[in-house]
Amino acid sequence: MVGKAFGNFFKKIFFNIFGQKKELKLGFYGPPNAGKTSLANRICKDFTDKEIGKTSKIPHETRTIQFKEKVEISYKGRKMTFKIIDTPGIATKIDYEDFLKFKLKKKEAKTRAKEATQGVIESIKWLDDMDVVVIVLDAIQNPYNQVNITIIGNLVARKIPVLIVANKIDLKRANLKKVEAAFPEYDVVGISAKYGKNIEEFYESIFKLAKKV
Amino acid sequence: MVKKRLGKIKGFSIQFLPYSEIRGLDSTKRIKRILNIVLGNNILIIQGKLEPEEETRLIEDTMAMMGHVKNFKGIELAVISGNGGKSGGFFGRFKRNLANSIAGEDMGAVTIIGPATIIKEIKRNPKKIELLLKG
Repeated sequence: MVGKAFGNFFKKIFFNIFGQKKELKLGFYGPPNAGKTSLANRICKDFTDKEIGKTSKIPHETRTIQFKEKVEISYKGRKMTFKIIDTPGIATKIDYEDFLKFKLKKKEAKTRAKEATQGVIESIKWLDDMDVVVIVLDAIQNPYNQVNITIIGNLVARKIPVLIVANKIDLKRANLKKVEAAFPEYDVVGISAKYGKNIEEFYESIFKLAKKV
Repeated sequence: MVKKRLGKIKGFSIQFLPYSEIRGLDSTKRIKRILNIVLGNNILIIQGKLEPEEETRLIEDTMAMMGHVKNFKGIELAVISGNGGKSGGFFGRFKRNLANSIAGEDMGAVTIIGPATIIKEIKRNPKKIELLLKG
């Protein structure tokens, strides 16, 4: 007990001297198919040459937490090390029949739905472990979705700094202004994870976000 | 569009739950009560709103139940906040804050929860909320 208290004391002093934790846990949260894994892949490819996970047009492709440790992001001479945590998309409903439209077999679709429900639970459980969170939204979807509001509400309650990313701005129907209007109290960055559009501004925002820890 | 199809939908009701009904319950009992109503094929309108942690707990419990309750495919959920608007001026804000501090909740808010087998989508924007039902 005394040892732990001493440990925490020195940890605090260390953080105060060096300003930052050694490795910040950077979580990617959001609804399914918004591009969380695409963005995490973009970062990991930019700084480690290896992707974090598989992407797909079928929702709920990521059904377990995937992470990559010691990802050093460098931008304009600054460097920071992160543990990148890619989470399964959070939803309030999952219907296996929706997967049949993507030509999955009934058995595959049912298994996917079952795994997806577990993924949602896992994502929520991991909320407490994050240092900073990037909420990835699909810029062609309505941002006033209750899941988005619920995730942000939980992060605010836990005092975890949040950055909102409006992904897929390369698409014609993307509406960055609508996302900005929905969340006026937060920084919103419009990007295309697929094509790397505006990714520099995203890295700039990540450094700003990390300062809030 | 909803009006045209409404006649075809059978077997559900809309229930209103005043906040006083769940005020005394802890989070676990509150969520259990909500899910029991929703599982009975009801669209539930609650006066007030849940805490953010309760909302995620509701999602977690929903996901956990999906594996155990036949044909349960989840829920649709929307919260219309009562204190988000800027109208009402100082006294309006004061009254709202007072009400919230007494009740510990945003009493002007309304929460809509229903089974995904009945509600196709809850479309919302800052000005309106639309409940699209499955035909």
